[in-house]
Amino acid sequence: MTMMKKLLTSAIASAMMAGGAQAAISNDTVKIGYLADMSGTYRDLAGPNGQKALEMAIADFGGNVNGKKIEVVSADDRNSPDTSSSTVRRWVENENVDMVAGMVASSVSIAVSKILEENDRLGIISGSAASSITNEHCTPNHIHYVYDTYPLANGTASAVVKEGGKTWYMLTADYAFGHSLESDVKNVVEANGGEIIGAVRHPFPTQDFSSFILQAQASGADVIGLANAGADTTNAITTASEFGVTQSGQTLAALLLFLTDVHALGAQTAQGIQLTTGWYWDMNDETREWSDRFMKETGVRPTMVHAGIYSSAMQYLNAVAATGSDDAQTVRKQMMDTPINDMFAKNGRIRVDGRMVHDMYLAEVKTPAESKNEWDLYKILRTIPAEEAYRPLSESKCKLVNN
Amino acid sequence: MSMIFGVPLAVLFGQLLIGIINGAFYALLSLGLAVIFGLLKIINFAHGAMYMLGAMVTVLMFDAMGINYWVALFGAPLVVGTFGVLIEYFLLRRIAGQDHIYSLLLTFGVALIIQGVLINWFGVSGLRYTMPDVFKGGVNLGFMFMPYYRAWVIVAALLVCFGTWFVIEKTKLGSYLRAGTEDSQLMQGFGINVPLLISVTYGFGVALAAFAGVLAAPIYSVTPVMGSSTLIVVFAVVVIGGMGSIGGAIITGILMGVIEGLTKTFYPPASSAVIFLVMVLVLMFRPSGLFGKEA
Amino acid sequence: MNQSANSTDIHKAIVREQAAQDRKKLILNGVLLLILLAAPFMIYPVFLMKILCFALFAVAFNLLFGFTGLLSFGHAAFLASGGYTTGYLLSNFSGLPTELGIIAGTLAATVLGLGFALLSIRRQGIYFAMVTLALAQLVFFFFVQSGFTGGEDGMHGIPRGELFGLINLEDNLNMYYFVLAVFIGCYLLVQRVVSSPYGQVLKAIKQNEPRAVSLGYNVDRYKVLAFVISAALAGLAGSMKSVVFQLASLNDAHWHMSGEVILMTLVGGMGTLLGPVVGATFVVNIEYHLSQGPLRDWVDPILGGIFVITVLAFRSGIVGEVQKFVRKNLG
Repeated sequence: MTMMKKLLTSAIASAMMAGGAQAAISNDTVKIGYLADMSGTYRDLAGPNGQKALEMAIADFGGNVNGKKIEVVSADDRNSPDTSSSTVRRWVENENVDMVAGMVASSVSIAVSKILEENDRLGIISGSAASSITNEHCTPNHIHYVYDTYPLANGTASAVVKEGGKTWYMLTADYAFGHSLESDVKNVVEANGGEIIGAVRHPFPTQDFSSFILQAQASGADVIGLANAGADTTNAITTASEFGVTQSGQTLAALLLFLTDVHALGAQTAQGIQLTTGWYWDMNDETREWSDRFMKETGVRPTMVHAGIYSSAMQYLNAVAATGSDDAQTVRKQMMDTPINDMFAKNGRIRVDGRMVHDMYLAEVKTPAESKNEWDLYKILRTIPAEEAYRPLSESKCKLVNN
Repeated sequence: MSMIFGVPLAVLFGQLLIGIINGAFYALLSLGLAVIFGLLKIINFAHGAMYMLGAMVTVLMFDAMGINYWVALFGAPLVVGTFGVLIEYFLLRRIAGQDHIYSLLLTFGVALIIQGVLINWFGVSGLRYTMPDVFKGGVNLGFMFMPYYRAWVIVAALLVCFGTWFVIEKTKLGSYLRAGTEDSQLMQGFGINVPLLISVTYGFGVALAAFAGVLAAPIYSVTPVMGSSTLIVVFAVVVIGGMGSIGGAIITGILMGVIEGLTKTFYPPASSAVIFLVMVLVLMFRPSGLFGKEA
Repeated sequence: MNQSANSTDIHKAIVREQAAQDRKKLILNGVLLLILLAAPFMIYPVFLMKILCFALFAVAFNLLFGFTGLLSFGHAAFLASGGYTTGYLLSNFSGLPTELGIIAGTLAATVLGLGFALLSIRRQGIYFAMVTLALAQLVFFFFVQSGFTGGEDGMHGIPRGELFGLINLEDNLNMYYFVLAVFIGCYLLVQRVVSSPYGQVLKAIKQNEPRAVSLGYNVDRYKVLAFVISAALAGLAGSMKSVVFQLASLNDAHWHMSGEVILMTLVGGMGTLLGPVVGATFVVNIEYHLSQGPLRDWVDPILGGIFVITVLAFRSGIVGEVQKFVRKNLG
């Protein structure tokens, strides 16, 4: 029924486009809802500063699309799927919000994407890590923009194995995110001739990692892989440094580490850790220029999520301007047809499953001697081409992909 | 290498030692709770927040004024303790004599406020704190690498725990305290300022939590949310030990650290749940906890 | 002679006043019902349903806390087990009528509640709160571990289905009136329980448990029954919520949820029938509106402040204070 309706609407939309008729911007306003964790554990990687990034994009775009005004509403998702779905339902059903941006916790992103599908609006998810968002949970109404667990595992694990880290010991956060990272890492490590010789699943959250670090040390593995996030990862890294993990010849590979996490750890503790990132502020003049402006607004350097929110909002507004419409399917199609070339990504493209694929980067945390200031933290070792980085469509379980 | 249930003996020794170190943290934290409950009958749900404040204050004092670790070891508990006195004076005092439950609800609200405000000020990624140079490195014990700092944690925590126990259970001051809170009118009659005594006791209890926070600052991620998951674990420890039993809280703290450590070795996913399981079992057979007096 | 005439007069007067009060109550309830029936045409139905689900949750909690004097710090376990059970059944057995899914969720919470009650009921005061918290943590651990809940991703796309195979619940209005009917039914049930002789014994236990024991009541059995009813209704609230939102998540099982229901009950007025309903309405609204307004980043500290102010100044809650005011000023 809804599928039928959707086909019909997109058919009508394309018919209108083909006929050269002016597709409309509903209510003469492009309204963007920004939904993110503003007060909980994921606050720093998107949060209030993400809204700043979104507002920067709107200002840079000129504040209006084809003369129609752009409005932003925002809400704290409270990391709760039901609070988020109440909010988004009201946004789309009563307040004519055309696009929802932000979103971090996977439960929130999945819940919101279902509502957007029901109401045929668009969502651009920038904060979430779960690759299931464009796999089993894919919808024709959302785009997953910045990164997901697949390239994180892929990039870091294959690089580390190739450098000789053959045997791995995994510290995995005991929830869906950790499990999926762990299994992705396992595939990559084994495909490259390495081996997982042990794993420990720790509760989320865990404050004291000494027990697990001790077990990892006793295993004698070359590499200790951290399949966790946020405070769990920073705690594990701090403890590893305290227990002399690197001195005893083991390396640490963190699978999900944000700039804010590394900043909290400092170069002294985090030095030498390899990680995969979708973007880094100090890559070239373009990124630096934008980051300087961001820092002026917020006082901090942007994470890849902040940059992704800016970039995706820009892409969205461009698509609205080009099609003259804020209809979800029209805009999504236009976005899929337009390669992304900006400070965030080069030759990025949005696939049919909603996954935005772009080059990822293998980075290493600088030593205190190399680091010139508190935000000078990564050196980029290698570019992971988009095709290698993301899960190929041939392995997709997404309903929009014909396999 | 000899093995126990598939775990090498050396690893097991290491885990036991680690368990004792974590137990020392639990002991400090549960001691503060037990002091506050045992003497004042206040259920301090802000204890996790006070622990967090201790760590935050340590970092902030260093960042803002360059105050070093050793000064913070006394300074941070003093600051947080003073804050505790204010909370007692302005808030908790007003519900004295009401059901204990109200103190739980009030302090729960206080914790939400403290945590929420600090998140807005400092974010959640964590603040950076460098370990004092004396503690860098460690010693190889043969079965494990023992960082000097962890050894210091055991020493410092146990000294403070024992000192507190001694003062409350064995000295005149302690007997005033216990008497003052049990029969305040009588003690007022003897010319002792009971309200002040109560404020100071609450301040002291939260200062203990803050002390644990200072100890935690160099080794754990210092964030405004660091106390919220610790809180209920520590509550479980106090309940297992017997609410209000000072010695019980210390011994149970260490015991629970060890049990949790062993769980982390044999079945890690359950390590956050095991303390609650122990708590249920203990309360089924000993309703007042391991060291509590029958109510 | 004179005296007895006098006393019958007084008796008649009391009866008259009682009747007048009953009439007032009836009118008040009628007005409330009309408002509830008309509400979805003015306010967004899903939001109203959210309020009703939490109101039911708080009413259930209050039966135990307000009327029996037992503070459970583990009620999230019942909300979540109801929600997950219903969600799992409706998602995996497509032919299952929605009402059966909801009944099954309620039953699951009831059984869990009986387990909790048997383990905790002999504990007093703070110990009771802590045991229920510990048990709820174990339940949380189970939900994190077991695959069927979807872990932190949550359970999504639960079909609303049809009621009695007839009424399409995908329609928000139909769903709303169903939730409203269930809510009113439960509210009346609790009202009935509280005013029954059984409810009087619960109140006696709350006021003075040793006296209730010495009067020969089997106090434990009364408390267990109160706990089980409370758990069942909390589970029903969770089941309804999972159908309304078409999702179930770990948030419902987290101990913060147990704290939130305490806040709702306390703010509304514990030990009053209407209190938890008012409290739930208040808290859900505060959270919802604040999280979108200029104070967006400050929801938690504000909720904390409400906790503090309520405990310090309005211990009898909104409804309790209104009752006091009415009694004092309007006779």
